[in-house]
Amino acid sequence: MSTLVNDISKMTVSKARQLLESKNISSRMLVEALLAKINEIDSDIAAYIDVDAEYALKQADDADVARTKGKKGKLLGVPIAIKDIINVKGHPCRCASRILEGYIAPYDATAILKMRNEGAVFLGRTNMDEFAMGSSTENSAYKITRNPVKRDRVPGGSSGGSAAAVAAGEALAALGTDTGGSIRQPAAFCGCVGLKPSYGRVSRYGLTAFASSLDQIGPITKNVEDAAILFDVIAGVDAMDSTTVDVPLPSLRFTEDLFNLRGLRLGLPREYFVEGIQPEVKNAVQSAIKVCADLGAEIEEVSLPHTEYAIACYYIIATAEASANLARFDGVRYGFRCSDAKDPIEMYKQTRALGFGSEVKRRIILGTYVLSSGYYDAYYLSALKVRTLIRQDFEAVFKKIDAILAPVTPTVAFKIGEKTGDPLTMYLNDILTAPANLAGVPSISVPCGWSSDGLPIGLQVIGDLYREDIVFRVAMSYERKRQENKT
Amino acid sequence: MIASKYIPCIGLEVHVQLKTKSKLFCGCGTEFGMPPNTQVCPVCLGYPGAMPVINKEAVRLTVMAGLMVGSQINSWSKFDRKSYFYPDMPKNYQISQYDHPLCVGGEVAIPLPHDGEKKIRIIRIHLEEDVGKNMHFQNFSGIDFNRAGIPLMEIVSYPDINSPQEAYEYLLALKRILQYAEISDCNLEEGNVRCDVNCSVKKQGDPNFGVKTEIKNMNTFRGVFHALEFEIKRQINLLEEGGKVEQETRRWDPDRNITTPMRTKEDAHDYRYFPEPDLPIIEISRATIEEWRKALPESPAEKKKRFIKEFGIPDYDAGVLVSERYLADYFESTAKLSSNPKMASNFIMTEMLRLLTERNISIENVKITPQMLAELIKLVEKKIINSNTAKEIFVELFEKGGDPCAIVEQRGLSQISDASILDEIVDKVIRENPKTMEDIQKGKTAAKKFLMGQVMKISKGKADPLVVSAIIDRKIQMQK
Repeated sequence: MSTLVNDISKMTVSKARQLLESKNISSRMLVEALLAKINEIDSDIAAYIDVDAEYALKQADDADVARTKGKKGKLLGVPIAIKDIINVKGHPCRCASRILEGYIAPYDATAILKMRNEGAVFLGRTNMDEFAMGSSTENSAYKITRNPVKRDRVPGGSSGGSAAAVAAGEALAALGTDTGGSIRQPAAFCGCVGLKPSYGRVSRYGLTAFASSLDQIGPITKNVEDAAILFDVIAGVDAMDSTTVDVPLPSLRFTEDLFNLRGLRLGLPREYFVEGIQPEVKNAVQSAIKVCADLGAEIEEVSLPHTEYAIACYYIIATAEASANLARFDGVRYGFRCSDAKDPIEMYKQTRALGFGSEVKRRIILGTYVLSSGYYDAYYLSALKVRTLIRQDFEAVFKKIDAILAPVTPTVAFKIGEKTGDPLTMYLNDILTAPANLAGVPSISVPCGWSSDGLPIGLQVIGDLYREDIVFRVAMSYERKRQENKT
Repeated sequence: MIASKYIPCIGLEVHVQLKTKSKLFCGCGTEFGMPPNTQVCPVCLGYPGAMPVINKEAVRLTVMAGLMVGSQINSWSKFDRKSYFYPDMPKNYQISQYDHPLCVGGEVAIPLPHDGEKKIRIIRIHLEEDVGKNMHFQNFSGIDFNRAGIPLMEIVSYPDINSPQEAYEYLLALKRILQYAEISDCNLEEGNVRCDVNCSVKKQGDPNFGVKTEIKNMNTFRGVFHALEFEIKRQINLLEEGGKVEQETRRWDPDRNITTPMRTKEDAHDYRYFPEPDLPIIEISRATIEEWRKALPESPAEKKKRFIKEFGIPDYDAGVLVSERYLADYFESTAKLSSNPKMASNFIMTEMLRLLTERNISIENVKITPQMLAELIKLVEKKIINSNTAKEIFVELFEKGGDPCAIVEQRGLSQISDASILDEIVDKVIRENPKTMEDIQKGKTAAKKFLMGQVMKISKGKADPLVVSAIIDRKIQMQK
């Protein structure tokens, strides 16, 4: 059993699909092995905050039966972990917050429905920073997730549970969400691949909103191909989300395109290679750039001049939207309610005081402030204008080049507790990732090296709006070349 | 009189429920009177992750309202979030429109007491969602969210209204327009129309407005009238006593007929409006607006003018007939089918309206169709029945419907106009009442009516009164 558990925990989605199709393995075997792995290590890693083994096994059995009846599905029988912020009907969706204790989702998110229709098995719910607000998963009301690569380190965040589950072999793949880097940064910290699709590619219906104009659901996987497989399933225009776009999905050609980057022009934004980036991170990314050049890409320096305002802009827009999005958590209709209050106002105050953690409160207060009369123009309106400038930066650059290469994070995974006392330093984790959210463009994080103390480093590939195909091509070609170079 | 020194300045914010099958941002139904929380879903309950999707019909209806009052339709418009905490508000923000409403400008004409009309200018018309309804029981409170998310159109007027009566007329005029264009049922009992009133008073000749108060959430037109009567008096008295009007929000207490303070300017909400990120900008092309404009119904005022011209009916009658869309349509059909607009108008103005009021039903629900009424009118015109018989048949048709010709035939109700038959009856009546002829000759006009009545009695009401009258007159002449 234990070799099987070991094999399965290292398995990619594409491999599992092959073995399932050829009937060399069953979905039940996959789920049982992953449950065994979870049993073995999750008390220490703490990637999950809910695992419903019975439900997972039932879905696996259903998938196995369906397969014998000839049913096909892009993810038939493939177990996937889901970030605790995406609604799965009949299951908790607490967003790692006390305030949603007892809430059971009454409906499936569109991304979940699409995966369900392709036969996916939902394994469990992964830990995160409360309401996706954080960069280390230390803001969960329930657990602190450890980085499986080095357990005294954070896994990153906010999708730290999803990245840790995939990196630790507790899931074949996972869904995360990315508002300012919450998929790419933990993927980089844990040595996984993480894709933030273009804004509007994946329906947000059923994703508990943090910042509606920035949030996107995306996959965290073991390789780029898996990310493309999951993206293909969850993407598409959705009548339930008016911000989704009806732009044809890029067809992914798994042909010779994936072995070279000839004819592609890749840009290095000079604002992304500045002081404050750890030398080891910079070196690893520069080696990756060289690999891309070897693959035939033309490399040139470009400029995204408004990058230095991105973090300020991001934290105004995201918190403003969050202050409204999180207003609904009031104890009236679902979740936690402080029941010994005398009147409704007292009930609101107590429920929210006890239900939200301190980072969430900080952001609600910040967001409320920037929208207040007298401050709106100075903060929120200015941020919207800066956002337009940042978007225009990208538009201008993508007239000349096909994709951007950059680091994902300024540093490798930091120690648990290292930054909890200083929210501003923590916010700077998003400095290289938030611009893509502000501009709405797709971006992927793909492993590109190791620090001297054995921590993974990520390469970020940012594409033009709706050009996930180019992002995948660059990331996948690079990933293959890197594998080749290793062996 | 003190009051005449002051001019009230009143502006109305009227919230009108649009006539849509589903809610503004989800597919839930809008039917009134359903059991609590049976027309709800994750979207209108504000569940985590649920997102709004715009109901296009609600946008069209709002634009139609704008076109009806001559608004400018914005080529692009957007939704905004308006934040405040209240238990009946699922998301604790309302999706409304702040700085880019669908419609801007326009005007509504109201009649002046003696003659002529006055135009009340519209500031804007925007679209927003309704909230739920708090319900209080002995030991607990509940919230019915069936109403949450129902589309409301808010029509904001300039403070051009100068009396409670004008406010009342304005509401009636709006209701008429909205019913005409089938934008809203404007059913007050079902809370289709609710109104916030801004009211201030200023001295005659003063170029500046006085300090205003806002009276919230009234749901009857009479309530608006009475609340304004009270509020204007209250403000004038305050000023006359040397006091000041406080800018505040007040509530109307219909049981005590007074307004009471709700909150002052200091605790006014900061709604923190910002663009709704879950909904794209609404763009309406010129072509679409023109297409909708072509589908506009005639306005009540236009219809009234046309009725007078086309059907030759009096101004007053035309005014009554156009007061409701269905009534006007009913009249027009009947007038055309019967080719006798005058009689059609008479029947509707008298018999129909009387019965509708007596039975408390609306004209959409009566059994008598315009076709039936037109047939009935033709029978009177051809002198097959007299008007009394026609009125009796009308009541029957009103209640049960049916074919007027068949009814007349089956019951033998045809009028007797044959002079030889009527001559015999008149002779018989005179023979039996010789004294009456003497009375007539002495000049007692009542006596002739008695004779007529006797003839009617014998003929079972079928005698043609004109023919009978002529015969009696002739006999009197002969006896002289």
